[in-house]
Amino acid sequence: MKQPSGTLARYTVGARVNHWVNGLVLVLLALSGLALFHPSLFFLTGLFGGGILTRVLHPWFGVALIVTFAGLFFRFWRYNIWDRTDTQWLNRIRDVLAARDENLPEVGRYNAGQKLVFWLMTWLILILFVSGLTLWEEQLGSYFTIGQKRVGAVVHALAAVSIIGVWIVHMYAAFWVKGTTSAMTKGRVTGGWAWKHHRKWLREEAAKVQR
Amino acid sequence: MSVLQHALDLKQSSATSGMAPAGEAVAVAKLIDISRCIGCKACQSACLEWNERREEVGVNTGYYENPHDLTENTWTLMRYAEVEQDNGDLEWLIRKDGCMHCADPGCLKACPAPGAIVQYTNGLVDFISENCIGCGYCIKGCPFDIPRLSQADQKVYKCTLCSDRVAVGQGPACAKACPTHAIMFGTKAEMTDWAGQRIEDLKERGYQNAGLYDPPGVGGTHVMYVLKHADQPEIYSNLPKDPQISPLVDLWKGVTKPFALAGIGLMALLGIVHYVRTGPNEVAPEDEEQARRTLENPKS
Repeated sequence: MKQPSGTLARYTVGARVNHWVNGLVLVLLALSGLALFHPSLFFLTGLFGGGILTRVLHPWFGVALIVTFAGLFFRFWRYNIWDRTDTQWLNRIRDVLAARDENLPEVGRYNAGQKLVFWLMTWLILILFVSGLTLWEEQLGSYFTIGQKRVGAVVHALAAVSIIGVWIVHMYAAFWVKGTTSAMTKGRVTGGWAWKHHRKWLREEAAKVQR
Repeated sequence: MSVLQHALDLKQSSATSGMAPAGEAVAVAKLIDISRCIGCKACQSACLEWNERREEVGVNTGYYENPHDLTENTWTLMRYAEVEQDNGDLEWLIRKDGCMHCADPGCLKACPAPGAIVQYTNGLVDFISENCIGCGYCIKGCPFDIPRLSQADQKVYKCTLCSDRVAVGQGPACAKACPTHAIMFGTKAEMTDWAGQRIEDLKERGYQNAGLYDPPGVGGTHVMYVLKHADQPEIYSNLPKDPQISPLVDLWKGVTKPFALAGIGLMALLGIVHYVRTGPNEVAPEDEEQARRTLENPKS
């Protein structure tokens, strides 16, 4: 397949499909979870065919999420290892938010913000999964004590709100930094985007092309 | 029983706000006088009978409880405890377990389904099956470990205090069946008075710690016990000494809900403010030019 010149490959088809299925499941989980979390959002159960079906489906969405996220985790974890540049980048978060890129260190495939989103998603999904097991009354009710279920309910609610927050950051960053979404839709980004936001990665990719 | 006429006006309903204030109704109560109970299980049978429930034939584990715990069908269960007192006396303490119909019901507080758990103005707490979604949150909310999830239809069941009988001026089936009048039913004031007399009698008989179990931690209950040893309710098959809605449930169903939604809303708002102040983060033509040069000559 011929690629437009001056663009760089960022995500394979497999990674993109994996990402969007994962994203869809996460949205379904958030909607069905919020429906059971706050009475004023109970109307959201209508999206899933009523309260009973929402209750039945939500934990299965959770199982689906663990599976799809495992795919993303094993694809991307090695690009998300924290290094010293990430700490420098994070210390200049004011410059990041003001788009003063000239004050920031050169960034590789992922910047510190993206790495934080990755690790927060990883840990929160694990916490949500384990705490969710204690709440799965239909399948696992008899395996947990009431005390464990109460702790599970609080942890699950707090982690769920946190992950929705992380999700908002993820969405907003992709929306704010123009040129980002094409990485996940077309699989490619422009050279200019890479130069501006991931210069070290651009240099690495350029060196590869040269060889 | 004309005082019970307003039995089915709603006072509280799960996951529902902005309910019209309920009219006043006379609070009712069931009084279980443990000192008069002979453990015959007539109440247990009457409960199954009236509510058209059947229990599978169980197995004998060498004890009197049958079944061994409350189930989705057994809404009331006789629990038998052999307790050796300090003076060497062996006491056989029999307690009729079941929903206590708390004035501040933890089940109702935990329930996410509108109208699945209601409290009538007379104090009864009832599960409305057609609104129940089977999530089991009530099980976590209850300080007495009462609601049971049915494996047959995935809905939760417990004692209704025979709300259907009370609504038409009858007492609950268990009270009707009790041969020793250990189970009484009437207004909460009458039952408290009656309990007072029984407690006086018991004290005269030497039970210095006799008392009424109407725990204030859950706002009082509409099922009360007369206990010979009210100072140590735990000896009656783990009747909780100071039951209250778990602080975890309060946290989960209290501040967490509004703060979480406000937090999510705030995050979204910050995004909008940031975008309006900073504008889109766009790639300039010079960036593309730099990139082109780098791709052509990586060493530069």
